[in-house]
Amino acid sequence: MKEQLLSIEARAKEELSGISDSKLLEELRVKFLGKKGEITAILKQMGKLSAEERPVIGQLANSVRADIENAISQKQAQLKAALAEKKLAAEKLDVTLPGRRGRVGRPHPLNAVMAEVEEVFLGMGFDIVEGPEVETDHYCFEALNMPKHHPARDTQDTFYINENVLLRTQTSSVQIRTMEKIKPPIRIISPGRVYRSDAVDATHSPLFHQIEGLVIDKGVTMADLKGTLELLMKRLYGDDCRIRLRPHHFPYTEPSAEVDIMCFNCHGEGCSMCKQEGYVELLGAGMVHPKVLEGCGIDPEIYSGFAFGIGLERITMGRYNINDLRLLYENDVRFLEQF
Amino acid sequence: MDLSMRWLADYVDCKCDIKEFCAGLTMSGSKVECYEEEGDFLSNVVVGKVLSIAPHPDSDHMFVCQVDVGEDQPVQIVTGAQNVNAGDYVPTAKHKSTVLHDGKPVKITKGKLRGEESNGMLCSLAELGLTQHDFPYAIEDGIFILGDDCDRTVGKDIREAIGFNDTKVEFEITSNRPDCLSVIGLARETAATFNIPLNVKPPVFKGVEGNINDMLKVKIHNTSLCSRYMGAVVRNVKIAPSPRWMRERLRASGVRPINNLVDITNYVMLEYGRPMHAFDLRYVEGAQINVRNARAGESITTLDGEVRELSEDMLVIADAVKPVAVAGVMGGEYSGIMEDTETVVFESACFDGASVRTTAKKLGMRTDASARYEKGLDPHECYEALMRACQLVEELGAGEVINTVIDENYQNETPKSVEFDPEWINNFLGTDISEEDMREYLGRLGFEIKDGRVIAPWYRVDIGCKADIAEEVVRLYGYNNIPNTIIRGVAQAQRTPKQKFEKKLTSAALSLGLDEITTFSFISPKYFDKIKLAADSSLRNTVTITNPLGEDTSVMRTTLIPSVCEVLARNYNYRNPKAYLFEMGNEYIPTEGEVLPEEPLRMGIGVYDTKDSFDFYDIKGIVEGILETAGVYDYEIERAQEGCGFDEYTAFHPGRSAVVIAKGKAVAIFGELHPQVLENYGIGTRAYAAKLNIPELMGISDGEKVYKPLPKFPAATRDISVVCDNDTPAALIEKTIRSAVGAVLEKISLFDVYTGAQVGEGKKSVSYSVVMRSHDGTLTDEQADKAMEKAVAKLAEIGAKRR
Repeated sequence: MKEQLLSIEARAKEELSGISDSKLLEELRVKFLGKKGEITAILKQMGKLSAEERPVIGQLANSVRADIENAISQKQAQLKAALAEKKLAAEKLDVTLPGRRGRVGRPHPLNAVMAEVEEVFLGMGFDIVEGPEVETDHYCFEALNMPKHHPARDTQDTFYINENVLLRTQTSSVQIRTMEKIKPPIRIISPGRVYRSDAVDATHSPLFHQIEGLVIDKGVTMADLKGTLELLMKRLYGDDCRIRLRPHHFPYTEPSAEVDIMCFNCHGEGCSMCKQEGYVELLGAGMVHPKVLEGCGIDPEIYSGFAFGIGLERITMGRYNINDLRLLYENDVRFLEQF
Repeated sequence: MDLSMRWLADYVDCKCDIKEFCAGLTMSGSKVECYEEEGDFLSNVVVGKVLSIAPHPDSDHMFVCQVDVGEDQPVQIVTGAQNVNAGDYVPTAKHKSTVLHDGKPVKITKGKLRGEESNGMLCSLAELGLTQHDFPYAIEDGIFILGDDCDRTVGKDIREAIGFNDTKVEFEITSNRPDCLSVIGLARETAATFNIPLNVKPPVFKGVEGNINDMLKVKIHNTSLCSRYMGAVVRNVKIAPSPRWMRERLRASGVRPINNLVDITNYVMLEYGRPMHAFDLRYVEGAQINVRNARAGESITTLDGEVRELSEDMLVIADAVKPVAVAGVMGGEYSGIMEDTETVVFESACFDGASVRTTAKKLGMRTDASARYEKGLDPHECYEALMRACQLVEELGAGEVINTVIDENYQNETPKSVEFDPEWINNFLGTDISEEDMREYLGRLGFEIKDGRVIAPWYRVDIGCKADIAEEVVRLYGYNNIPNTIIRGVAQAQRTPKQKFEKKLTSAALSLGLDEITTFSFISPKYFDKIKLAADSSLRNTVTITNPLGEDTSVMRTTLIPSVCEVLARNYNYRNPKAYLFEMGNEYIPTEGEVLPEEPLRMGIGVYDTKDSFDFYDIKGIVEGILETAGVYDYEIERAQEGCGFDEYTAFHPGRSAVVIAKGKAVAIFGELHPQVLENYGIGTRAYAAKLNIPELMGISDGEKVYKPLPKFPAATRDISVVCDNDTPAALIEKTIRSAVGAVLEKISLFDVYTGAQVGEGKKSVSYSVVMRSHDGTLTDEQADKAMEKAVAKLAEIGAKRR
């Protein structure tokens, strides 16, 4: 019997080694370990054995059974792992195929830059104030020290609705509306659409955007204006950007300045982009004219302030290297989707 | 303003190079746009002397010349010109030179002309970039034979020899500084900027005995528009070309030389910034000048040959019967200087700026004179200008000047002055400039400081307050020497609720896959027809621009829809396969009784997609997404039709468009665009649009979010399918189920709509999944089934039968 048991174990292990399928494995288990299996058959004959032999053979039979069970479960684990492996291999994908995405819209470049400028100013304590685009002559010109027939009006070719109503040529109109309503300290920017009678070309548009800033308080100086503008430009263009101020004339500021920024392209060396000047014109600014303050009921002997006007198109074009203003208003999706 | 550097040198000795000069003046306030070396396109062109000239052996219209160009050997040059003789001095373009041909630079090299060697070219005026106005004695279609006003040293560079080597500097002069529209004005600025002496001497003339009052009477009828009128008379006038130095200065200043008398008036205008006029006394009827308003019906033929109708608000210079000049704008053709003019009247006057500006604008003629007058000139300098004109007449030998002058309406006012307050200036600028330096800067600029006041020179019409003085100081101190400081005080800023709301909706539109666009606010009134707007729609009542660039941009839009369609069409035209777009933009709605229109903000949406099955429910989904972001949950959807609250319903497909009604108000319209509208815009695919009224949405927005506890008990879900008429709106079925199920209804969602043979013609099957839940305990099957039975019964009442 002992030989029989050992031979069962040997055969079971041999057959097991050839199995590569869980169904056959189950059949093998039944054949050796099942109720009608070979080991059970042997155990049924135990009664014929002597009292001394019985425990010895019994022990052997149990150990053979345990060995076979063990071997089968090992095999089972192997087969499962192989199967999982196979499945993973079969599920391999081409990871370089394009991803599936939902559409995400793009902000218009003008608004993207506008939002950025607004954030900088909000951080510096400037409220954002809006005003009407269709405006009276009073707010757009008269209150800004440009009475009727003032020659400076020629520099802002105006669209008129009637003698008294026009499309604002600058968002400075909002300054006046603000100063009439609230008393200093005032710290605002007024972004928005402005209109001038210029035919459309690569650098002109009858509609464009301005961001006008105004600060009024006791003791506001031209040095504050310079510091504010420099800070703004550094926030927008990085710490190494440089600006310079040139004397200019605007009827609503005195002194007035035009502000140039060091050319991004040549860093002040002079190139074709900056017409060899090393600087490009960026914005207009100045100390609010005492007549403008007086007109709004603010005493220029007590308060002073500064104002500046930034052309959004100009800084947007500089920012993204856009060479034709028309692109901004054409709204070709091939353009829009670049931002 | 173009400045001749040669002319400037009469008044200041500026030693710096041209780049430093330009940078210096720009930084002190006179902005240089650019500068140009005259004739810099010419190279290797010299004065040549024609030694001999012989007919070309092989041509009947060409000549072979031997030309001395100052080298060891004469050079042989073949020319086709017929006006060259031996002994002539001519501009000679040598081998490897550059001249102009048809206005463009071309290289000249040696070659053979019909077998004869030619080592260059003899040049005409045009080939040098000049005209007969520069050299009146030269002929147009021949070689320029140098006259005795040229340096005829053979071999000399031609630019130097004929004075075509000035440097022109173009200035952008701001409107407050008309005094700088002159050589002397810029000389003053140059002297102040570089701290060098200014050499301007008062002009003087000898004159001949005579009483001008016997020759001419001047009367100013409107003294408020003419603050001074001076006149001088020149007799025995000899009209001739002016000398080369004057012609070349005029040319460098962009003014065409005409003849000595006319050139003198232009020369004085450029030098002193004072417009002058010259009349032929013969044609001043009654020998009297009346400065008066034009009379109704009067007209004048101006020097440019145009007949101008005058109106009563225009100031004219008239003789006894008719206007002879439009004051400060342009003279009349009839009384102008001619070849046979014998006696000339010089006018040096001061007219009101606003009046000149209005008149010039009305007549559509902006002249050098009006451009100066309209900025407001000071009457004092009329005198200097007139003296200078008389001086030049004598210098040029152009006639005899009567030694008495006319001077009407001269008011000798005290000069403008402003308190001198160095401390205030420093406080205002944020600087620490010493009083001594301030005095020095102001002195350099011609200001006087007396008794604590800064007295402005006459020509500084722009000075009026302390800030003006601060500017004068700081522009010489240097704007860039001002320190950079940070504004004092604390300020808090944040976006207003309105701005936040708008920003939120913009973000929502972007996240829904729409690209943002920016369109013009003005449109063509024809666009209303393109979107089929009813003829009586109030949206056709627009804010209209009286002076538009063109019809396409002539009215302010009252609806965003045409702007959106326009951009869709443009993208379709560019063959872009799809466009998903939106804009946040204003509409401009005229309001009865108000001066200004309303400018409500709208969101416009436009979509087409030739590559995907975008349909009505996609645009509806986008609108629903925006509404949800806006905090608008409670609304009804109705068909877009007449009276729906949006006149733009006409732009949409009548069966595939809808309006959103919230709190009884139409707040949005959306749908597929009408096939006719698509055709009008040339869009060859189905396209969709929407418009949302932003302030109205904000008004009903329920932005507050409050946490509701998560459910404790399980939900019961039942599906229900009913068959109903095709026309029964799904919203009605949903509403019916809601009301039948009552409070336990948590969520109802549509999962199928079916039409086809199985449900019969004109019918549809709609299926909903209904989720019910109680907050008090687990809902039993019986309770759920009972609720559904109730729903089935109610549905049957509206003709929807359970399948």
